[in-house]
Amino acid sequence: MLNKKVVVLLCIAVLVVAGCSQAKKEAAIKVAMVTDVGGVNDQSFNQSAWEGLQRAEKEIDIKASYLESTQDADYKPNMETLFDAGNELIWGIGFKMADVLSELATMNTEQKYAGIDCFFEAPTPNLVGVLFREQEPSYLVGYIAGKMTKTNKVGFVGGMDFFVIHKFHYGFLAGVKEGNPDCEVLVQYADSFTDAAKGKAIANQMYKNGADIIFHAAGGVGDGVIEAAKEQNKYAIGVDKDQNSLAPDNVITSAMKRVDNAIYNLTKTLVEGTFPGGTNVVYGLKEGGVGIAPTSYKHVSAEILEEVKGLEAKIIAGEIVPPTSSEEWEAMQ
Amino acid sequence: MIKKFLKLFSNNVFLFTVISIFLGLFIGAIILLAAGFNPLQAYGVMLQGIFGKPKYLSYVIIRSTPLILTGLSIAFAFRTGLFNIGAEGQYIIGSTVAVVVGYFIHLPAILHIPLVIICALIASGFWGGITGFFKARFGVNEVISTIMLNWVALYLQNFLIYTPGFQKPGGEVSYAIQPTASITFLDKWKRSEEGIAWLLDHPFWRDLFKTPINWGFLIAIAVAVLVWFILKHTTLGYRLRAVGFNLYAAEYGGINVKKNMVISMTIAGALSGLAGALQVMGVSHQISLLAAMEGYGFDGIAVSLIGNSTPIGCVFSGLLFGGLKYGGPKMQPAMGAPSEIINIVIGIIVFFIAIPQVIRLILEFGKRKKAEKV
Repeated sequence: MLNKKVVVLLCIAVLVVAGCSQAKKEAAIKVAMVTDVGGVNDQSFNQSAWEGLQRAEKEIDIKASYLESTQDADYKPNMETLFDAGNELIWGIGFKMADVLSELATMNTEQKYAGIDCFFEAPTPNLVGVLFREQEPSYLVGYIAGKMTKTNKVGFVGGMDFFVIHKFHYGFLAGVKEGNPDCEVLVQYADSFTDAAKGKAIANQMYKNGADIIFHAAGGVGDGVIEAAKEQNKYAIGVDKDQNSLAPDNVITSAMKRVDNAIYNLTKTLVEGTFPGGTNVVYGLKEGGVGIAPTSYKHVSAEILEEVKGLEAKIIAGEIVPPTSSEEWEAMQ
Repeated sequence: MIKKFLKLFSNNVFLFTVISIFLGLFIGAIILLAAGFNPLQAYGVMLQGIFGKPKYLSYVIIRSTPLILTGLSIAFAFRTGLFNIGAEGQYIIGSTVAVVVGYFIHLPAILHIPLVIICALIASGFWGGITGFFKARFGVNEVISTIMLNWVALYLQNFLIYTPGFQKPGGEVSYAIQPTASITFLDKWKRSEEGIAWLLDHPFWRDLFKTPINWGFLIAIAVAVLVWFILKHTTLGYRLRAVGFNLYAAEYGGINVKKNMVISMTIAGALSGLAGALQVMGVSHQISLLAAMEGYGFDGIAVSLIGNSTPIGCVFSGLLFGGLKYGGPKMQPAMGAPSEIINIVIGIIVFFIAIPQVIRLILEFGKRKKAEKV
């Protein structure tokens, strides 16, 4: 009997407190994003995307929210949910959402959609694809690796074997070659974006085989790579964000992909009324969408950084075109 | 009065589950409150997100379909005393085979659909049967072998996606199955010009047909009834259950235990594979590169538990689980709560639903105490 009373009291308490809490004020424009299966705290591009939206919420008058996906089959229903919630713009994060985005954009012609890492053949006027030239920062960090290696051996750890990661992979190869034509590059794909233990095992093996710098483009797998660098006191190169904070003595630089900037800029165009609907927007060095980490000066000599700046200018001018695929890389040989 | 209630609860699994759901919601509410969010508003959003529109209900049904079948698969094996953790892998095999047969073979729909289903059943049944065979022949624990086979299945699918001629150019996905293998309602029509025009004039149907609503759910229910019939009213079912109740007694009674283990795992595998095949034929129409397991099989374990390992129970618990999985995350954007909080709340609700047995024990304990007092 006593238990029942306690339960009833608790119920009342819940109701009272619930009644007292206030509804949050509604901002003018609602913008939301659907994460891929990595979730919003993936230390990688979903997180970066959400940071971009949060920044937009702080600096321009929008209300940001997100919805996580746990399976590929969630993308469409999640987009529908955000559509019903009255969002002005809906972001899909990751190339896997391209098909769903273009299907929904055709069906809901009044709703604006945008996709990170998505390329659309013929985007409808309410759809924008956002792409990055990942090969450009990868080329630059490759050059740094080539210059800084003492063993003439560096490593590349890829997440999964597909075109986005290929851009990192072959851009890096070309950069290393530019910096040090004799340098050998060990390459391995982890077939995962989450398995840190696997990243560590691969990195340890590479260090054992004589590599002294490893570049990863592998999301959560890269955490393991950086951990291995820390334990073995070797160098690693981060990706997507400035990952120096993960191992300040070992992460010499990072190939940054500023998903947050892209999201922020595009959301801003929405507010300003210049939304580039019906196009694919490409972010490279020129647009400030990619680059090397600002903390690079800690480990990389000023001399090399100066050379990197020169290369950057050449890439922007179009004098150097880093390869994006094995075909382009073969063609350069 | 209260005594009567208690008696009702301890005898009635359904009522018991309902109570557990409310307890789960209640504890979830406390957590939401502690995190500074209004639980009533949150649950309102969730219920609205499940029942608010025909479209939402349709999504819940779509979401539930594979869960009902993987739940049935685990329940079936469980009745024979086997713990089928391999539903995930069997699901993957079913969906992969469905895409292969659905894409490469050209046939009229009336032949194509059954062919895809039968091929998926055979392949995933074989996949499940491997486990049963190893268990029966070498005594390999089915938990271990199914977990390992899950990974084999996952990498097999990823390997196949990279096969030239099967991988869709420019994507990490396979080609879509032929339209003749699709079981989505009016799939072609709703994308045609006249279809779009008609739907524009009929908002209700437009709303409904935005979802990939398909035959899968009806098939799943039919299969649940079939499984119930097999278990309850056939000699095969009797033998399987006998092995589940007591292996040695069954053997003493002249039942071939080893053979029945293989049969049980084969059928369980086929059920999970059917889940994968229906998902492909009705919803996704293709398979994509998997970085991790999608969890249909693992959720099936919970579905089977909630459903008390009975076929009909699995239908309802599958629907419940599908509703929670579909409606729950909707709390996030509406409330602005971090998804971790939302996941904790959903997790707690599921947890409470899954442990009615424990609550029953607690209640019975209280009853006994009261009896002592009197």
